[in-house]
Amino acid sequence: MGRKYLLGNEAIAHGCLSAGVSFVCGYPGTPSSEVIDFLRSREERDYYLEWSINEKVALENAIGASWSGLRSFCTMKHVGLNVASDPFMTLAYTGVKAGLVIMSADDPFAHSSQNEQDSRNYAKFAKVPCFDPANIQESHDMIPVAFSLSEEFELPVLFRPTTRVCHSKGDVEIGKNVSGPKKGHFERDVPRYVVVPVNTRELHKKLNHKQSSLKKRIIELGLNTSEVRGDTAVISSGVSAEYVREVLHDSVSFAKIGAYPIDEDWLRSFVEKHKRVVVIEELDHVIESRVREVACNVIINGKMDGKVPYEGEFAPNIVSSILQSCNIKVRCSYPARTPVQGLPPRPAILCAGCAHRATFYSIKRVYSNAVYPSDIGCYTLGLQLDAVDTTVCMGASITIGTGISHSTEDQNVICTIGDSTFLHSGLTGLLNAVYNDSDITVVILDNRTTAMTGHQPNPMSGCDACGQPKETISLDALSRSCGVKFVETIDPYDLMATREVLEKAKKERGVRVIIAKASCVISRRRSGGKSSRYTVDIDRCNGCGSCIRFGCPALFWIDDQAHIDNTCTGCTVCEQICPQGAIRKEAIR
Amino acid sequence: MNGSFDVLIVGVGGQGTILASNVLGEACLIENKPVRAAETHGMAQRGGSVESHVRVGCEFGPLISPGTADLILAFDMLEALRASHFLKEGGLIIASLQLIVPVSVYMKKLDPPTIQSIRNALMGKDAIFIDAEECAVRAGSPLTTNMVIIGAASPLIPLSLSSLKKAVAKRVPAKTLEINDRAFEIGREEYLKAKS
Repeated sequence: MGRKYLLGNEAIAHGCLSAGVSFVCGYPGTPSSEVIDFLRSREERDYYLEWSINEKVALENAIGASWSGLRSFCTMKHVGLNVASDPFMTLAYTGVKAGLVIMSADDPFAHSSQNEQDSRNYAKFAKVPCFDPANIQESHDMIPVAFSLSEEFELPVLFRPTTRVCHSKGDVEIGKNVSGPKKGHFERDVPRYVVVPVNTRELHKKLNHKQSSLKKRIIELGLNTSEVRGDTAVISSGVSAEYVREVLHDSVSFAKIGAYPIDEDWLRSFVEKHKRVVVIEELDHVIESRVREVACNVIINGKMDGKVPYEGEFAPNIVSSILQSCNIKVRCSYPARTPVQGLPPRPAILCAGCAHRATFYSIKRVYSNAVYPSDIGCYTLGLQLDAVDTTVCMGASITIGTGISHSTEDQNVICTIGDSTFLHSGLTGLLNAVYNDSDITVVILDNRTTAMTGHQPNPMSGCDACGQPKETISLDALSRSCGVKFVETIDPYDLMATREVLEKAKKERGVRVIIAKASCVISRRRSGGKSSRYTVDIDRCNGCGSCIRFGCPALFWIDDQAHIDNTCTGCTVCEQICPQGAIRKEAIR
Repeated sequence: MNGSFDVLIVGVGGQGTILASNVLGEACLIENKPVRAAETHGMAQRGGSVESHVRVGCEFGPLISPGTADLILAFDMLEALRASHFLKEGGLIIASLQLIVPVSVYMKKLDPPTIQSIRNALMGKDAIFIDAEECAVRAGSPLTTNMVIIGAASPLIPLSLSSLKKAVAKRVPAKTLEINDRAFEIGREEYLKAKS
């Protein structure tokens, strides 16, 4: 199929095509989303594809497909695997029929994540194989191998790229597309698929029995490789292995781990040939633990003796300095450079004209000094507007808010959660809040899309992953069916009306739901929506700063007066805020 | 450090830095040169600082280390200064004379940086400043600022002019090619003018 310049996630998608994948599903999450985004945007698709409601749902769908004989690929980010961990752990027991590969993309440095967990631990926990690609080409080439291995051992394979693989680009040789079967057949196999105690005890034995041959097979497949060159060695995996290759001197031995579990005999025979072995891996000491288990009379350096950090991501200069501190010969050392200090930071912010900002503004005005549990999405950026007090994981706004409301007096609790996150795992929390008489207000920030990860459609969007029209569901009816009596829908750009609803809600007791409904401003722009810009009448502006405190990036400040730049979307909120009436619609040019 | 030519492209989310890095990557493909790049996706794209690492002729990892970039292409002056420690001895910064002041500066009432204050802070680094947005408007659209910057960098990058132009043609929408081409040319002239 030739050579292309591709994003890591696109290369992974091509890997799926060359493996004849028949069933694709997942839930968006940075850095994993573009695999499905690429596969869903292709004009001809001979596979089933969906954005699922959450990761647990996605994985269970994929299990059904695999048991029906279709090769299935299921994507998520690392924390998504927490949500899917329930089926994941037992899937190892039941095993798969057609190949099932689960992509869980890790995010060292937490570029776009709430933690830096290492998915490799999950593979070890569940006793399933894990692939750890070092670069884009590998991530492409490993996918068909992962499917074959999955089928050979009847186990799911965890495929674990990191941000610097998923979101890196490079020249990739891509494979030929293969068509898998469109439909399969489910055959009953009760002892395998029904994990009542009598069955699961047997399945557990089988799972354990597979481990030693699995380790040998991974070596035979050439997924873990080593080269002895001297009496010191470095062992590495993932993108770190690329940094090691870049800086390591030719006289130092090198072993690269591409898949787990690692065969102890193979590892021991490599380690024993050296006086010192340094293990370079991002996040947890997964390889290092194994190395320390098999090593006798060999000095081991890594995280467990403080030489290698557990946190963050690496780069060539970091790896070079670690190796030098362990007396390993490197090809090049890097100049010490520190960033210029004291510069104003430029964190991500809500877009100009974003409806979430307007909603937060109104919430803060009416529910001042309340507790503001929030959730995972663009609106986490409400932090900069002092409107976010907690963010833990998907769906946790309503539930943590419930806990706070039961545990405090005289503190109003107002939770914010996006539409996609609400449907992902907020709904059960809402049901629980009503059932257990919680006293909270829940604002569903309904922007009709999954915006932060790249505008993937969800049941509010009016179409499915492949663009087929779908009827949107009613958040109002959904909330009422959970037993919520107070449900109101607002237009967040209408500050006056929003304020009235919030004030009404504040006077009530029990669970109150407010649906702040306005399409994402980026979606609106992409669909060609045009609106007039706003401008500041300099003669009227007295520099009070009310508009600037609103925090819209279209507003800026020169010589104690406000100005509006060309990113203004015409949302009108600053016009409503300005006490001087100095902001108004720009004259049509 | 391995013979690759390392370009760091920095800017503010939404400025079109990814298209600029795609042009370099595509040109490498045309010349059969290995290339590795790393991009900012996800959260930071919402108006935050973004960076694309592009390593022309590289077969290792995609990240450029501080003090080793051959070239820094900055779409914003503040981002040029923020990334300036990546520049190697003898490397060059090409920066657009644009400055988006982070909104937090106004909200927290900090002293906003100015183009002049940043130019002063960059004193001592080899740097060329061009009014890329003005050039882009001249070319026909402010959306072609990224092509102005790529054009300005083109004489320095070890990729041929024709490969770069083919790469532009491949990566921009067909109906905007003419304007993008013009922007590229204007950028190239700006660099040559600044150099002479």
